[in-house]
Amino acid sequence: MFADYTWTELGSIFAMQGFAGLILFSVFVLMALGLAIIFGQMGVINMAHGEFMILGAYVTYLCSNFFEAYLPALFGIYFFFAMALAFLAAGTLGALVEWSLIRHLYKRPLDTLLATWGLSLILQQAYRSIFGAREVGVTLPNWLLGSVPLTDIIEIPINGIFVMVLTFVIAIAVYFILFRSRMGMQTRAVVQNRVMAGAVGINTEKVDRNTFALGCGIAGIAGSAFTMIGSTGPTAGQLYIVDTFLIVVFGGAASLVGTIASSFAISQAQSTMEFFLSGSMAKVLTLLTVVGILMLRPQGLFSLKIRR
Amino acid sequence: MLNVAHYHVAYGQSEVLHGLDFTVAPGEIIAIMGRNGMGKTTLMKSLMGIVPTKDGAAAVDGVDVTTMKSYERVANGIAYVPQGRLIFPTMTVQENIETGLSLSGRRKVPGDIYELFPVLLDMKSRRGGNLSGGQQQQLAIARALATNPKVLLLDEPTEGIQPSIIREMARVLKRIRDERELSIVVSEQVLSFALDVADRVLVLENGRLVHDEPRESVDEEKVAAFLSV
Ligand SMILES: Nc1ncnc2c1ncn2[C@@H]1O[C@H](COP(=O)(O)OP(=O)(O)O)[C@@H](O)[C@H]1O
Ligand SMILES: [Mg+2]
Repeated sequence: MFADYTWTELGSIFAMQGFAGLILFSVFVLMALGLAIIFGQMGVINMAHGEFMILGAYVTYLCSNFFEAYLPALFGIYFFFAMALAFLAAGTLGALVEWSLIRHLYKRPLDTLLATWGLSLILQQAYRSIFGAREVGVTLPNWLLGSVPLTDIIEIPINGIFVMVLTFVIAIAVYFILFRSRMGMQTRAVVQNRVMAGAVGINTEKVDRNTFALGCGIAGIAGSAFTMIGSTGPTAGQLYIVDTFLIVVFGGAASLVGTIASSFAISQAQSTMEFFLSGSMAKVLTLLTVVGILMLRPQGLFSLKIRR
Repeated sequence: MLNVAHYHVAYGQSEVLHGLDFTVAPGEIIAIMGRNGMGKTTLMKSLMGIVPTKDGAAAVDGVDVTTMKSYERVANGIAYVPQGRLIFPTMTVQENIETGLSLSGRRKVPGDIYELFPVLLDMKSRRGGNLSGGQQQQLAIARALATNPKVLLLDEPTEGIQPSIIREMARVLKRIRDERELSIVVSEQVLSFALDVADRVLVLENGRLVHDEPRESVDEEKVAAFLSV
């Protein structure tokens, strides 16, 4: 498949597809971070995670429309408001869902799987009723359009750089929340031993609610980023949930660095191969490679080494 | 300080503790002796709110805690060093102690805790899971003390610990009691340790307290007979 290209062309193609994959990478990282936090913390596999992302995307869409119609002067920076609102909306819905649904189902993994799947269907229908079945897209401010030429054939899209810087900032913020803040310490204590965490004075139910909300809120931000590469429809989240699960397992469920590395590997592999092969063929190859690696390293790419 | 009355605890249908009555005075150390399976851990867990109480009541400093959740009991002055220690293995020594500060809102580990256990200060950046058994036991006690308790529960603290460290632990527990005026309940199978630390010795046999005597008048052979299989 490479035979038709010269070496320089190949190099440029890899570079450009790589940069084009940056947004996909960012969406994956944000989705996977949220999913990994929720799974690692409470053992809940959130099948509705994609719908939380789409909530963030719709919020971004609404913001885009609102600023275009009422605050055109500020349209250039609407994206920052949109992300904050997407985080708040998805986080609030997450806290509500944890309180009304998930907390009654802890220790029953199959039931949470079914319940969150049901929730994903409910949310999809809700989006359809509220926003209509047609896909919607956002208008990007001018400064996010276009690209920076690196050489005469390699160009880097500006929105890709923007989203990646943003993801970097959020990943660092998550690191600080988990490893440097009181909430994070309590979260990790609950993960390691829920009963003992309660017995040293940690309100484990509150920790659960906050963690679930945080994971969902990050998915909401992923939704904001997603509006730059895809159009938002009621079921668009479904396409991402499987990839995200794959990334979490591949990266090693307990490792932040692993999640980021595996998002990078998978999004780049996908993006590069899509240029040469069909999209589904690229996906099959990625899946096969991941499955192969997981057979050799079932604990995922990264895992902590300690005596237990 | 701790008041336990008519205390019944059951796992589902099978009742393990059949009506315990005892009190612990402020600054008193009591040892609850009993062989394996007699209900020591069950008593500790239910006092901590991990296993529900079926009937009866427990009160700390006059406040009924019987239906409280674990973290609310901690807020009311109970602290717990479980059998097997159960420190948080991937967290550092310092973070382990800091988990005990969750309710107080303090951020820094109080200096007197490191003073009691200097070895923990040397190892404060190590992961808890990489400490030796004796060090983990000290860490579990430090974590419990960080909650600033009125009553400290220790479930078989000497299990799997070297004899020299056991003697040191008895000394530390008495020092903690003297400095903080708190009440301590230890469950034990090792009679020498119990006689070393306790002001009063109780014997738990098949879910009932069958013996309760001050340290001075304890008939060692009689208690030893309860402990032999
Ligand atoms: N989770 C449990 N479910 C049912 N029975 C239990 C459970 N834990 C302990 N038991 C029973 O309760 C009794 C007391 O056990 P335990 O409190 O662990 O004793 P000890 O700590 O004195 O060795 C034993 O007969 C034990 O089999
Ligand atoms: Mg026991």
